[in-house]
Parts: sequence; structure tokens; C-alpha cells
Amino acid sequence: MNLPDDLKYTKDHEWCRIKGNRAAVGITDHAQDQLGDIVYVELPEVGDAVKKGESFGVVESTKAVSELFSPVSGKVVEVNDPLSDAPETINEDPYEEGWMIQVEFADAKEPDALMDAAAYRKYLEEESE
Amino acid sequence: MTNRTGWKPGMAKGSDAPAPGADVGAGGATRGIAYEERLLFEHASAGARTGVSLPPAGSDFDPAKELPSAMLRGEIAGLPALGELEVVRHFTRLSAWNHGIDTGFYPLGSCTMKYNPKSSEALARLPGFADAHPLLPAELCQGSLELMYQLERALSEISGFAATTLAPAAGAHGELTGVMMIRAWHVARGDARKKVLVPDTAHGTNPATCALNGYEVVQLASGPDGRLHPETVRAAMGEDVAAIMITNPNTLGIFESHIAEIAEIVHARGGLVYGDGANLNALLGVARPGDMGFDVMQFNLHKTFATPHGGGGPGSGPVAVAQKLVPFLPLPVVVKESERYRLVDDGKERPQTIGKLREFHGNFGMFVRALALIREYGPEGLKATGQLAVLNANYIRAGLKDVYHLPYDTDSLHEVVFTDKALKATGVTTMDVAKRLVDHGFHPPTVYFPLVVHGALMIEPTETESKETLDQFIEGMRAIADQARVDPEGLKSSPQKPVRARLDEVRAARKPVLRWRPGMKVE
Amino acid sequence: MRYHPHTSEEIQEMLAAAGARSLDDLFRSIPEPLRLRRLLDVPPALDEIALFAEMRRLAARNQTEHPPFVGAGAYPHHVPPVVDQLLLRGEFFTAYTPYQPEVSQGTLQALFEWQTYVCLLTGLDVANASMYDGATAMAEAALMAARLTDRKKMVVSAAVHPEYLRVLRTYLASTHDEIVTVPYGRDGRTDLGALSRAVDDRTAAVIVGYPNFFGVVDAVEEASALARKVGALSVAVTNEAVALGLFKGPGELGADVAVGSFQSFGNTLNFGGPAPGFFATRDANVRQMPGRLCGATVDKHGRRGFVLTLSTREQHIRRERATSNICTNAGLCALAATIHLALLGRKGLAELARLNYARGRLLREAMSRAGFRPCFSGPSFNETAFDVGDAEAVVTRLARRGLAAGAPLARWYPDDAGMKGALLCVATEVHTPELIEMFAQAVRGRA
Repeated sequence: MNLPDDLKYTKDHEWCRIKGNRAAVGITDHAQDQLGDIVYVELPEVGDAVKKGESFGVVESTKAVSELFSPVSGKVVEVNDPLSDAPETINEDPYEEGWMIQVEFADAKEPDALMDAAAYRKYLEEESE
Repeated sequence: MTNRTGWKPGMAKGSDAPAPGADVGAGGATRGIAYEERLLFEHASAGARTGVSLPPAGSDFDPAKELPSAMLRGEIAGLPALGELEVVRHFTRLSAWNHGIDTGFYPLGSCTMKYNPKSSEALARLPGFADAHPLLPAELCQGSLELMYQLERALSEISGFAATTLAPAAGAHGELTGVMMIRAWHVARGDARKKVLVPDTAHGTNPATCALNGYEVVQLASGPDGRLHPETVRAAMGEDVAAIMITNPNTLGIFESHIAEIAEIVHARGGLVYGDGANLNALLGVARPGDMGFDVMQFNLHKTFATPHGGGGPGSGPVAVAQKLVPFLPLPVVVKESERYRLVDDGKERPQTIGKLREFHGNFGMFVRALALIREYGPEGLKATGQLAVLNANYIRAGLKDVYHLPYDTDSLHEVVFTDKALKATGVTTMDVAKRLVDHGFHPPTVYFPLVVHGALMIEPTETESKETLDQFIEGMRAIADQARVDPEGLKSSPQKPVRARLDEVRAARKPVLRWRPGMKVE
Repeated sequence: MRYHPHTSEEIQEMLAAAGARSLDDLFRSIPEPLRLRRLLDVPPALDEIALFAEMRRLAARNQTEHPPFVGAGAYPHHVPPVVDQLLLRGEFFTAYTPYQPEVSQGTLQALFEWQTYVCLLTGLDVANASMYDGATAMAEAALMAARLTDRKKMVVSAAVHPEYLRVLRTYLASTHDEIVTVPYGRDGRTDLGALSRAVDDRTAAVIVGYPNFFGVVDAVEEASALARKVGALSVAVTNEAVALGLFKGPGELGADVAVGSFQSFGNTLNFGGPAPGFFATRDANVRQMPGRLCGATVDKHGRRGFVLTLSTREQHIRRERATSNICTNAGLCALAATIHLALLGRKGLAELARLNYARGRLLREAMSRAGFRPCFSGPSFNETAFDVGDAEAVVTRLARRGLAAGAPLARWYPDDAGMKGALLCVATEVHTPELIEMFAQAVRGRA
């Protein structure tokens, strides 16, 4: 399982990449693998508010639907629009081209509560037992 | 045991040609002549061809002369123009691509794919039934009304309830009806509640139905024996819970033996117990949900009572209720007044009714079929149905349990759930097993449901399948397990025999093409 | 018992293999107090001959010798025998839902053709694989409109089928959505002034019949324009689908959703069910549509084939967040309609529609000569409400002659004094000119 070290992770299998007060958000390699071929993704609009732990969208394969939960609270400042025509990008490149939204978050401490790569790896191991 | 491969002692070894009959699946599937057949709209269709015979309209009353032209359309472009033979060939060829009960076995768990009696088809087509308009005056449709009354009485007795509505159009529609009645009951007591308890083994229609009624779904975990336990229910049950929805036997084919205690827990705190009757086939003549503490239950006539599935419908989902819910039954209701039957469709006579849930009275065509079956069975036949359905499932369980993983050691009733765990090392999955069964001549069982079991293979043979067929199925499943060990790639390339190999469902969802358009190309 | 193939020897063998001592033993997981210890109290078993005698006795208690003159949501039409004979192919009617597409291509291609027919007749982009009936289809359209607009008010013409409206009320009972009905005028069409006052920015859907319950072709174009102005969805409801062979498709008139019944194609009356409901809408709404959808794709060899798709909208995946809880629909009824439409073809459909219009006109002509005027002046198809004085008495009197005269409208519109004598009658291709003449005279009491 691909788990870049420079990212933070959630229990719902989202990742985020922090740059200053912005977080890029997507789903992990594990998540895309579990879902199978992704056929559809529903994302918020630029300007929408998101809250930590609350749903900001939905990702679908042919056989499953998964809600997307935001790792931070703030405002959506960018959305990866090309994903709607090419949702398979999420399967192919979940951490780079497969990014979903960029959130400008207010509380600089919020990302500290998220898991780092090692903690997430451990979490995955425990989950599979 | 027939000599399938035709091999005889002394035959030369190393022959190039496959032995005759070598490509025959355990269920008898081989090759035949099937036709490619384009869409109706892709047939050559210039000109004025038609496949019907109509009387002339005459020159009087030409709408083009009497109505504003802006309202009217001409002939619709894109509609084909075919003669009767072309149409007959088209659909005959299409039918050849289908598996049906009449062709081969369907071991589909929770679907109860039993044989559809042909006498029922003939009876449903009697002109007295087929040509009856739903708004006929009562004196002109006493036959239909009497039939509905008889069916209502029979279904109520079979399930152990006070009364049954025949209105709902399918099982999910019946669930909707039942949960609406539950809601109305609570509202009438001034105690509108917010939640419904649903086990994790429930069919997807159960939580969907709750949501449609504005209820929050609380999922309950089944125990390690596959059953729902009273403590789990007790912990979740509160004064804000309107009901619990239980399928019994559940979707694992396991009897919820704690049902009486569970019902008591829910009733004690003012809740009601909804029964999803999809698995009623296991209980016919043996036990009755109404005697177990259920307050309301929907039937699936297209399951338990052998009305045909028709490639996806129509079904019929009558709902039986305990006395306390009778006032809330939807309209219409058939009543018998001395020897006459009457349809009560007026809210004034039934002030607490939840109202109407569909146009007219119900899927009458399915009532004819269901009643015909019940009348032919009689009490002994109904009981034998339940017994033989359970016997068949247990026979399959015994025949496969050493080869496929049984997630629960608990007794199975009419269906048994296996998983693909024993095949894990080979990389072969439940989906591969399902597709390979097709090449043997069987429709796949229910797969990946219930969700509590990873890689579930749910098998429900029903009572209309012979031991011979079950033996073939067991042989096929065992052959697949063997093949998984020596030729997993071959398995994964299944199915190979039908007119189409595995279809790309991802493509269908990513780039939906949901209708024909001129020049349509799909590649 | 012919459906139970087990011999007593086989039963013993199978019990032994399953490790059970007896059939009763198989049910040991059912606690004793819950076991039924008597036979069910249903009538004794009948052999096939006795069964047929009994069912014929019941069927004979229905009077179906003459085609009924009543429509009101279920229409007497001629169904060519080809339809039934194809339907009776076991591969069609005994087939399961096409979840395993490789062995269901027959069902799936036919569904794709059904969906296409519904789109072509309604003039909309996408249609589902059928609904239970027209009434539930209309209710589902309202629920979809609520989801799409995030609003709670449904504006419904009072000339929409009253049973459909009752069903809508039942479906919305728990949603706290508001239903506002808009009156009809003397022409039998929705009062457009009242409609424009009712439609506002809280409106989720504007629903009118096409033709409506009175058989009148209602103002779908105007209603759609009003809906569009406030961002609501316009819904057209069609009970008599043959009308779509003559009149423009609701999509061409601006409707966003078309629902109703295709019972008129390929399906006999069956005392009101089953019949194929239909649901069509614009492409943009597809992910909020209820019901199954069949789509085209390719198999691994690149050959075109069909599968159920966009299933994540449905209950078996999305569970409590599904667009609907519908599972089984009316597949075989939709197939019957598809076969009939295929037989009719482009020309036959137009001919059938024209023929129905002509018979409707002939009925109006005959009733006029018998002294009965239409209640409404708006344009109609094959169904008309006539003022016959005492409509219930006419129905009773004609029933004694085995004729189903029509539907007395006062049953559904008790508060409209103008409806007191209204009888809703239909004439289709199965009502010959002679029969129509005889009917009109019978209503008059002279024949």
C-alpha cells in the first residue's frame, strides 16, 4: 500500500497535504483499492464551507458508494473539476492527480489531530484483522 | 451416471479433437445456435410497414383538420417500421439469450426462484379476469372481488395475521405500506417516534423504506451465530424507537430463534415489530410469523407463491397485519356482505386508513396466479413446500461444506450462505465462482449479500428442484473449487458460453448510454 | 404433487446426507412454542381439472362480454396475440432480474428498447426500466423534484387523476411537503391564472395531466414555462399513452419529467394491475432518478451488450440514502408494451392514435345526437366527460345490460356542482361504430 510520508490521514481513509493554511484532500490508495473502479465523484463547489468530520461529497464505484469526510474545517477554495469526466484518475493516482478539493482552514492546530503515515499504516493493519 | 465425455476404454490417447461432449457443464450447458440481433431501431425501417392489423380510421374526424397543428405530431422519427415476422424473430432471438427457470436452475438466495406453474398463466388469461376493468360496477365484477377476498383470507391464515391488504405492487412497496401503517399507529397515539432498528443482515429495501418514512435507521449487529440477540435489541430499544424490522428466517437462512423475546422487548416499550416476509418459503405450513410476535409482514407473491419474476417484475407485495393495525390498512379493502363482495375505497368508511398507495386495487393478475397455487396445494401441499425447501437447502449444505467455507455453524433453513474464504489462496473470488457456474449451466447464486459476510454466496434451491438437479449443482460447485486450484485463470475468464462474456459495468457507469440514438456506437 | 419432484426414497437419502432424522428435525432451530402443530386452515387441495372449474366459476362472475366504455386510467385496447405468445416464452417470463447480465441479454436489450420507446414517445432524454404504475411514478417524480430543488411545495392540477393525487398525498405524508391543488376551468384544462398564482419560488414541481383525467389535453407548455420561471420541475402525467401517438411529446412542450402508464400498449386491463408505469426525464436529472436503468456497454471481446447501471442510486447499494426503495418493477408489462409498439411501428402508432381520436369523436357525435353534451370544451382524445343527468343511475341501468357505462365524476369531485351529472366515457379502436351508437342510445334509455 502506497502511503506517502508527508501526508496526514483520517480513519475514513482520506489524506491531506498541508501547505500553510491550505489542505489538499483526497482518498488513500487503500480506499481506491477497496472501492474498485471509480465511476463517479460528487464534489462541493468553490466557496462551500466544510467541517472536520462531516461529509463533503461522495465517491462511487459500480457496486459501492462512499461518503467523503473532511479532515479539516474551512472553505473550499479549489475543486479538481476534471475528475467528473475522468473519475478513474482517483484509482490511477490517488495522491497527486487524484486530489479532490483544496480547503483553506482557520485553525492551524486542526491537522495535528490527524494520523501520520506510520499511524495510518498501523490502523490499516489493525482494521484488516 | 451418464457417460458424458463418450470416452471408452481402449480409445486412442492424444486425439486432437476434444472428446464429444467434453464441453458440457455439470448443469448440461453446452453450445447451441444463438443469433446476434440488433436493436429494433437499427433495423431497416423506411416505408410504411407495420405488424398490426387495424380497421381503417375513415376520412371522418381527421385530427389534423380539427385540432391546432401546434398540438400534433406526425409519425415519430426513429420508431422502426417492421412487419410481424421481423418483430417475432427479433424477440424470439432475444429470448434465446436469457436464462430462465424453464431453462435451468437458479440457486438465488432470498429470491425463491421456484417453478412458475403454467396453469396459472392460463388462468390469469381467462377473459373474465384479463378483460375486467377496475372500475366495473360491483355487480359486474363479483368474480374478481370474490377472488381477492379468498386470497386475503388464505394469506392471513398462512401467515397468522388478522387481515391482509392486497394493494402493494411489490415487496418493497409492501414494506413502504407496512412502515407507513406503523407510523400512523404511533401518530394516532400522539407518540410520533423517530427511529427504526434494522439488523445488519437486512435487505437494502429495509433501510431505504425507513428513510422514505422519515425514520432514522439504527443498525444492530448480529451475533457470531448469525442471529440477532435480545441484549442487542434491549440496549437499542427506547421510547423513541417506532419499530424493529426483522427478516425471519434472516438473509443468512438462519431462524431468528430469539424472535419471541425480541418482540416482547420491543412491545414492552411501545414499539412494533415489522417482518420482512421475503423468506416465508421456509416457514410455509410449519410456523407463522403472526404467532411469533410480528405485528405486520409483507409477502412477496413473486417469491413464495410462484408468480413469475418476468425479468424484473411485476411482483405483488400484500401486507398482513395484527388486529391493532387493521384500521390503518390502505384502500381499497374487499368486504363480504352476506354473499356479495364490495370494494371499500372511501376514507369515510375507514377513517384511519393510510390512504391509497397505488392506482386501482392491486396487481390482480398476480392474485389469480397466487390463489391458483394455494388452491392446488391445499394444506398438505403448503406444508410440504416448506419442508422440501428446507430439505433441499440442507442437502446442498451437506454436499458443499467440506469444500466451501461456512461462516456460521448455525442450522440453515431454506437457504445456505457460503464464502470464498477457502479459495483465497488461489485468488479466485465469489464473483469468479458465480461466472463459472454460468458455463456449467446454472444461474449464479446471490453474491456479496448479505453484507455482513465477506464474499457471500447465498444459495436457495427452493422445493421445486429435484435431487438430480441438486446433485448436478453440487458437482458443478465442486468442479469449480477443483478448477480454482489448478486453473484459476481459466476460471477468471468465465463465462465463455453465453452470447456475451463479462460485460464492462464500469464503462456503463462512467459513460452511461441509456437509450438508442441515431448513429449510436458503443465501443 | 406435480411441483414437488422428490420421491420418498430420495427424501430419505437426502435427510441422511443432511444428517437429519426426519423432515421435522430440519426445523429444530424453531422453538417448539412457535411451531404450528395443525394443518393450515385453507381449502383442501384441488387437482388441475377442479382448479380450472373453480377459477372459471370466478371468472364467469365477471361480465366482460362487451368492451367497457370506461377508461379513467385503464384503457380497453386490442392486444395482438403476438404479444402474449412472445411473453409466454419461458426465457422471458420465468427469467430473474438481470443482475447477471451475461445470461440476461434478452431481458436487457428489451429493456433498453423499452427505455428508448418511452424517450421517443415522451420527447425526453432518459427513461427508467418501469415503475409499479402511473400513480407511484408521479409520486416518485414529486420526491425527485423535492431532492433536486430542495423545496417542499408541489403544485398539482385538480384535473390530474384523483387516485394519483391520493397516492401522492400518502407518499408525502411523512415528508412535511405541501400539496397545493389548482382548479380546472370550464374547458377542462387547468386554470392558468390560478396556476400562475400558485407557482412561486417555494415550488418544487408543477404537475398537470396530458391528457388529464377528463381526457382533455392540458396546458403542459404553459405549465412548463411557469415552472421554468421559478426553477421548479414541470411534470406531465399521461394515463392514456396512445395519445402520445397523436399529440406532441411532453418533453417537446418543455416538461422536465413525464410519468404515467403505458398500460394501453400490450397490457390487458387485468382489473387494474399489473401495468407498466413509466418515468422519463432530462439527462441532467439521471442520477436522481428512481428505479432501474439499463445501459449499453461492451464485453471483454468488444461486443456490444447491455447491463443494469447507475445502480448506486438504488436501495441495494445506497440503502437508506437511495433515491427510492423500489426493487421489483413491472418488467414483463414493459416488455409487453415494447412488443406491441414494435408491431405498431411508426405508421401503426400514428394510425392507432388517429383511430382512437376518431372513435372518441364518434362517441361525442353519437352522444350529442342522443342529447348529451360534453362537460368540458377543451380538446380531447378518446375520452370525454358527458353530462348525462344522473350518472350513477345510468351506470346502474346499463350494468343490468352487462355494459360498463363510464365513471361518474362526482365520486371524485363531490364539491363541484357542475360535475353532478358527469359521466367519463372512453371509446377506442375496440368500440365499433355500431357499438358506440348502441351505447349512446342505451344511455338515453331508448335502445
